[in-house]
Amino acid sequence: MTALGKLFRTTTFKLTLVYLTVFALFAAFLLGYFALNTRRLITEQITDTVNAEITGLSEQYRLGGIRRLVLVIDARARRPGSSLYLVTTFNGDALAGNVTALAPGILETQGWTETAYRRLDEADTTHADHPEHQALVRVFQLPGGFRLLVGRDLEERERLYHIVLAAGRWSVAIVIVLGLAGGFFVSRRVLRRVDAMTETTKTIMEGDLAGRLPVAGTNDEIDRLAQNLNAMLERIEALMQGLKEVSDNIAHDLKTPLTRLRNRAEQALRSAHNEAAYRAALDATIEESDALIRTFNALLMIARAESGQARDDMNEFDAAEIAHDVSELYEPLAEEKGLALKVEADAPAPVKGNRELVSQALANLVDNAIKYAEPQPDRINGAVPEIVVSALTSGDRIMLTVADSGPGIPEADRPHVVERFVRLERSRSQPGSGLGLSLASAVARLHGGELVLEDNRPGLKSVIALPRGGPLQSAE
Amino acid sequence: MRILVIEDDHDAADYLVKAFREVGHVADAATDGEDGLAMALDGQYDVLIVDRMLPKRDGLSVIGTLREKGIETPALILSALGQVDDRVKGLRAGGDDYLPKPYSFSELLARVEVLSRRRGARNEETVLRVGNLELDRLSHQVRRGGDEISLQPREFRLLEYLMQHAGQVVTRTMLLENVWDYHFDPQTNVIDVHISRLRSKIDKGFSQPLLHTVRGAGYMIRDGAR
Repeated sequence: MTALGKLFRTTTFKLTLVYLTVFALFAAFLLGYFALNTRRLITEQITDTVNAEITGLSEQYRLGGIRRLVLVIDARARRPGSSLYLVTTFNGDALAGNVTALAPGILETQGWTETAYRRLDEADTTHADHPEHQALVRVFQLPGGFRLLVGRDLEERERLYHIVLAAGRWSVAIVIVLGLAGGFFVSRRVLRRVDAMTETTKTIMEGDLAGRLPVAGTNDEIDRLAQNLNAMLERIEALMQGLKEVSDNIAHDLKTPLTRLRNRAEQALRSAHNEAAYRAALDATIEESDALIRTFNALLMIARAESGQARDDMNEFDAAEIAHDVSELYEPLAEEKGLALKVEADAPAPVKGNRELVSQALANLVDNAIKYAEPQPDRINGAVPEIVVSALTSGDRIMLTVADSGPGIPEADRPHVVERFVRLERSRSQPGSGLGLSLASAVARLHGGELVLEDNRPGLKSVIALPRGGPLQSAE
Repeated sequence: MRILVIEDDHDAADYLVKAFREVGHVADAATDGEDGLAMALDGQYDVLIVDRMLPKRDGLSVIGTLREKGIETPALILSALGQVDDRVKGLRAGGDDYLPKPYSFSELLARVEVLSRRRGARNEETVLRVGNLELDRLSHQVRRGGDEISLQPREFRLLEYLMQHAGQVVTRTMLLENVWDYHFDPQTNVIDVHISRLRSKIDKGFSQPLLHTVRGAGYMIRDGAR
């Protein structure tokens, strides 16, 4: 595609053309209207003048008869720039006046006519057969058979009309030229920026996700578009980064149990000598694969929560009820470990969200609290360590809190533990996928809230803070 | 029991057919949606196992068509899509149960057996009995050998569900879904603790235990004397 062809195809250029056409038509119409009106105005002036003269002359005729009229007309006709006069007898013989060579039959028609004429004083020039002037005349029948013709030359009117027409043609031409040039330059300017954007987009599509569109700093609509696209690219890059981290982590953390699984099967094949040994190896294999499936499911859940799909599935539910339900589910487990699981959720705490996911997030927190609680023999009089689950409404948020008195998480590690598969060194020995907090955090973010980890002195306080109206209310 | 497996993966279908035959059921397999629909329309099956994504006609449409024709054979949907809304979609389309892949055969078997007997009268009975254990669903009383046992509401629901399916294996996920209405996996096996609590209330002090653990599968309540 040639540069010019490309230019003609740009939106700005097309818009310029449309605008130009409309503007030129408008200008032409305006000037045409002006020209016509000017012409009409002049015509009106002429008729007024002629009418006034006829009234005046017929008055003279009435007062002094034909002699007086001829005298007056002779006097008037000699003035420079005078009107045109002619008085004839009933037969058409001229008695006085300054015009000749009128078109035939003019004197017979009463009223207004446009006609060619010659002035009497130029009648002898070479172009005798060729009337040169146009005039607007009125023929008036005087009592007594005389006819009076009064008129004005139209040359001035025509000249003005042509001046205006010429001005109109010129201005339309100038509008077109200027408009085309303007459109050309504006389009080229826009085109250059759009081309730069297209170029960058291409490199981004080729895989360079770090590329950003150029922003000129003029803060116009192209800049705003570029800024928004850049924000989108940033989000995509972050997502891609997250995805890459996930796949790295999956590769790392799933490879270990898979290797273990394989080794175990291999070893059973090599060294098991009786059915019981095979059976034990198979049992262990199934157990290991169940753990793997669990990890996969948790990862899928997180991915789903993070992708925002579950937003379609949100309803109002009572967070206090969830606190009770989840605690009830875990209470026997806590008791078995010598912990007291308490619920502080007396008032209903309605919130809009996905009940299932929020339940699971809270369950993960309670599960963690129970899992990491240490038996603490040095506590006063063997008081039972407590885990408190609470649901509170605070302003426009509801807080689902799990507070334990376990080992807690050192402040430096807190932002870190919500990442997938992160398990602090001393918890490596505990069963679990290392995905519990990530899931809780992903669920909180899905609802437009957050997971906050605080110091419970001693212990850990995990808070799922959710906006009461669901994610939409807090989105902007 | 006659079971129809509609599953496009030949290996998986063969495995299921073989496994069902081994435990004493009659099983057939179809490998695409159209065949499956035709077989389900012709044959007298007690339970259908339907994969969600099938060639020619997807699983939900197979079930939907059957239901439109008034065939109410219980159907269990198998799917790699295991999320809550997929499950809801499956059940809405006329499925009776939903099991995400990968599943364990014992889980599938337990669910299929429960499905095949779902239409039995057990749900309408007001008093459930297993051996000398008695559960009154109206008065919410539980007695064993005439002695009243006091249970928490959730323990009552748990026992009720087990007794509704007396003699059948009930898996942990089935309990979680039906007693707690949770469709996620609590990382620790909390169900075990609830069961052992319940067990200590109904079996303690009796020579004949009723609540049994089925290894690798789940739990079952039955009268051991028989």
